[in-house]
Amino acid sequence: MKNNLLEYTLRLGDNALILGQRLGEWCGHGPILEQDIALSNIALDQLGQARMLLQYAAELKGEGATEDQVAFFRDHFEFRNLLMLELPNGDWGFTIARQFLFDTFNYFLYSDLLKSNDDQIRAIAQKAIKEITYHAQWSAEWVIRLGDGTEESHNRVQESMDELWQWTGEMFKADEVDLAAEKEGYGVNLESIYNQWNAKVTEILKIATLEKPADDWMQSGGKQGEHTESLGFILAELQQLPRMYPEAKW
Amino acid sequence: MKVSTDQIWQWLKEVSDPEIPVLTVVDMGVVRDVELEEENLTISITPTYSGCPAMNEIEENIKKTLHGKGLENVKVKTLISPPWTTDWMTDEGKERLREFGIAPPEGGSKDKSTLFAEPKKVTCPHCRSTETEMISQFGSTACKSMYKCEDCLEPFDYFKCI
Repeated sequence: MKNNLLEYTLRLGDNALILGQRLGEWCGHGPILEQDIALSNIALDQLGQARMLLQYAAELKGEGATEDQVAFFRDHFEFRNLLMLELPNGDWGFTIARQFLFDTFNYFLYSDLLKSNDDQIRAIAQKAIKEITYHAQWSAEWVIRLGDGTEESHNRVQESMDELWQWTGEMFKADEVDLAAEKEGYGVNLESIYNQWNAKVTEILKIATLEKPADDWMQSGGKQGEHTESLGFILAELQQLPRMYPEAKW
Repeated sequence: MKVSTDQIWQWLKEVSDPEIPVLTVVDMGVVRDVELEEENLTISITPTYSGCPAMNEIEENIKKTLHGKGLENVKVKTLISPPWTTDWMTDEGKERLREFGIAPPEGGSKDKSTLFAEPKKVTCPHCRSTETEMISQFGSTACKSMYKCEDCLEPFDYFKCI
């Protein structure tokens, strides 16, 4: 049971860490100053959540593990994030589309984690849900602005949705870790998250005059440690300094 | 040296928030508890946002200030539960925010976990007009949004509710 809880915590923590790292790449490159700042703020929230979750993961691991070891000294096959989050940022439309699909999932996920029977996961969820709510509002507003904007913005965000759709199935595909988490009471029922996510995404895409892509074959593997080549590039940047200078301090 | 916890709370009011220097860590509601057992003092603090980069500095500043008062054994502990809310900000702190040019959080934090709540009517800290418009949900720090006033035309930060 302890192992499943650790796996589950790593999945939550790695989602936050890898997305935070990706979004950080926009810092200084956003299309306008306000939105550059917005994405950097969201990245910072994700990193803060990643720290709380990876601190907990380190505690569950025991044997003197620390949050830094968990973040900086695991290899790609030990990461448990969703594949969608490690994909390169693409253009603004792609970043927004991914953020919307994930934030909406994350919002319903953390709303349910408020009922987790694990004290630490529940405490983290109480803190994180306030931040995630702002993220989910922001990315949904941007999907509407781009979708119902110019022909160019509409086409670009539609193409991004079409391309991203194959990566959404993994969020809701429960494996033995997810099922154990639900059964033990510290995790959620992914089918219920899917129903809420599907309703919200359908509603927003309609307002945004975008077409909802058809469900087809879905990618998976990130939660089990089978990643795309993109993760290696993120880790090279994320982990390079602490691996080269293991005792480095601020 | 014999000190009371009341005295320690008073001293903590000398520690300002690194990002909003007009507020003290007590005004912000960041200090949650002061425990004194014999000579050992434990101060509990809580982050405003999960990724708040000021936490380490706040911890250092608390220790420095209390060491300066002659207290040797000061431990600072970080709590995440219950989560920080803008409701904990003192009225005095809110007034000082306004004077500083930042609109304080309005109307409590009840709607913090609702998607698509009605946008709040925020009062301009410069001219007190309520004809204001949000420019961006996210501002210069994680805890603020950017607004502009339709009457005096000045931009301003709004300390958003969480």
